[in-house]
Amino acid sequence: MFRYLIRRLLAAAVILVVISMVTFFIFFALPNDPALLACGKTCSPNRLLEIRHSLGLDKSLAMQYWEFFKGLFIGRNYGDQSVSIHCSAPCLGMSFQTDTPVMTTLLGAFPADLSLALGSAVIFLILGVGLGVIAAIRKGRFADKFAVGAALFGVSLQSYFVGLILMWALVDKWNLLPSPNYTSLTDDPGQWFTGLILPWVTLVVLYLALYTRLTRSSMLEVMGEDYIRTARAKGLSSRTVIFKHGLRAAITPIVTIFGMDFGALIGGSAVITESVFGINGIGKLAVDSVTNSDEPVILGTTLFAAAFIVLANVVVDLVYGLIDPRVRLS
Amino acid sequence: MALEISPQSADGSTPSSFLDVRDLRVHFPTEDGLVKSVDGVSFTLEKGKTLGIVGESGSGKSVTSLALLGLHKNSRARVSGEVWLDGQELVNLSEGEMRSLRGSKVSMIFQDPLSALHPFYSVGSQIAEAYLVHHKVSKKEARERSVEMLKRVGIPQPERRYRDYPHQFSGGMRQRAMIAMSLVCDPELLIADEPTTALDVTVQAQILDLIRDLQEEFGSAVIIITHDLGVVAEISDDILVMYGGRRVEYGTVQDVLEHQEHPYTWGLMQSMPHLSGDVTQRLNPIKGSPPSLINLPGGCAFNPRCEFRDRVPGDRCLTERPELLPVLGSDKHIAACHLDADGKAEIRGTADKAVK
Ligand SMILES: Nc1ncnc2c1ncn2[C@@H]1O[C@H](COP(=O)(O)OP(=O)(O)OP(=O)(O)O)[C@@H](O)[C@H]1O
Ligand code: SF4
Ligand SMILES: [Mg+2]
Repeated sequence: MFRYLIRRLLAAAVILVVISMVTFFIFFALPNDPALLACGKTCSPNRLLEIRHSLGLDKSLAMQYWEFFKGLFIGRNYGDQSVSIHCSAPCLGMSFQTDTPVMTTLLGAFPADLSLALGSAVIFLILGVGLGVIAAIRKGRFADKFAVGAALFGVSLQSYFVGLILMWALVDKWNLLPSPNYTSLTDDPGQWFTGLILPWVTLVVLYLALYTRLTRSSMLEVMGEDYIRTARAKGLSSRTVIFKHGLRAAITPIVTIFGMDFGALIGGSAVITESVFGINGIGKLAVDSVTNSDEPVILGTTLFAAAFIVLANVVVDLVYGLIDPRVRLS
Repeated sequence: MALEISPQSADGSTPSSFLDVRDLRVHFPTEDGLVKSVDGVSFTLEKGKTLGIVGESGSGKSVTSLALLGLHKNSRARVSGEVWLDGQELVNLSEGEMRSLRGSKVSMIFQDPLSALHPFYSVGSQIAEAYLVHHKVSKKEARERSVEMLKRVGIPQPERRYRDYPHQFSGGMRQRAMIAMSLVCDPELLIADEPTTALDVTVQAQILDLIRDLQEEFGSAVIIITHDLGVVAEISDDILVMYGGRRVEYGTVQDVLEHQEHPYTWGLMQSMPHLSGDVTQRLNPIKGSPPSLINLPGGCAFNPRCEFRDRVPGDRCLTERPELLPVLGSDKHIAACHLDADGKAEIRGTADKAVK
């Protein structure tokens, strides 16, 4: 198991380096000139050259990547000795827009991002798996049709639509909830919670159907297996049969999909929900950086998202090992 | 005691046998029609005795045994008839009451132990779980009991193998573990569904010995299901031959194996290597394939495959369903075939020659 983990982590590291190279070359091969952006409106050719030099843009692409890569581990200095800015490791570069290290910006957006992703993921996972199990054991009956129907109805609505309707009804009309907002958990847990309810609900509505249907079909398959018949033949209660023997085996495909969804959510895929509710997460940061052609931030958010998806995959593999002894022992 | 109603079956008689199955039917409604997997099966079995159920694939052997465990409850299957076990009727028992009998009073060794054991739990813990549901004991005691069972069925280093998973066991070992699991609560009725298929001959003999030893020890009633008349000849007291979900012949091992009354039983005998012992003997499988359980052939269900139906005058094999009639000179032996005694004697002579 330990060797398996090391192998998986090494593979993940290699994948991340490759992704960083590819993103780096794509973004820095774009036609617009970052130095021109940084220089501003009244820009003399001399000044432009200076900026190019201070940003390291006059070096070869490979050299530039090497500087970037080094910066990840040891940090780097921008500019000359006189006006140098230090970007400490892990350095993802400096934002052209704000002249702050990209890492600082990312870390600033991370708590809101994580709160949104984690909260909604916990809810849609529990709810989706629960509904899916009910639907499977009540197959063809009312509970099944209701669970699947409700989940489908949810997914057919767009998230901004759900978000706006909820906001209008619960916040503007009936004043049941405060206007959605991100408050740090450490500042005020109560406000953190109430401010995130609507964004969570919006994301849950979006993901619920997938998890309900996935759990339902996986459960139906497992409940037809011989070992379920054996479990019943032992005289086990139906609860033990369904959860200990059925769900335990049915959870494997759910773990895979959940790992990818959760990684992507942290990586900023909730961008529409973030925008609707004005939450400054990674998704919103990425969109803003594209609008502003702030290439270091684009690169940073892309790598950040990639890192989480790769990490989520490693975790999924580990969870597989925990669930299935055939994986662990091979 | 005046209020206590003694158990009585539909025809009014109180079952005197330990297991008394009467006119059992298990039908599955499907999109293509009603699948009559078991259609009017009856038999009795005493404690300490063994019944062999034989028949080709799809003849309803497994579906019959699942009905004895009440495992068709809460499914789309329609079960009717009566199953009396130790004076208690099981077909109309509630799921909850049936559950307390499953694994403790009646248990089953399933066909194909690799898929019948849960891949994610250790073999030992699955055995211990079967013990824990029916006994108020600590986990440690259940564990000790399971290790003891593993040892009893001949698994070396049982303490260590307790923690192993089914995929780490060989086929024969898995079958032993399955047996240990089904015997952990000392069941009074043990159903073994093809316990030796897919095992090599030596392991097969060991497993049969094991079942026999354990039966002697606990005095359980055993039903053994198989395609293989050789296995039945070795281990059973009675034989039930099934074709298309129905009984075609039933009696003691001596009766049925020495005086087969049904062409299907002859066919099974000839398609089987064990009894002849002569390896050069050409096997002679029954021609044709098992019937559709939705539309059994009219008359005798075996008639499309029967070589002897022309010997019965007046097309009766095609038009009239043969009744199960007692065979002269035996109290238990019954068979369902229109052939008369002379015809059977003649054919049996040629069939025996083929076997010997
Ligand atoms: N749940 C079900 N729904 C519909 N048909 C079923 C169902 N279960 C079993 N059958 C049918 O009932 C018939 C008898 O099946 P059964 O498993 O009892 O055969 P068997 O005699 O045990 O055969 P084998 O020797 O292959 O194990 C088969 O044709 C099978 O397709
Ligand atoms: S009744 Fe006729 S068809 Fe059926 S087994 Fe006897 S001889 Fe063959
Ligand atoms: Mg079977």
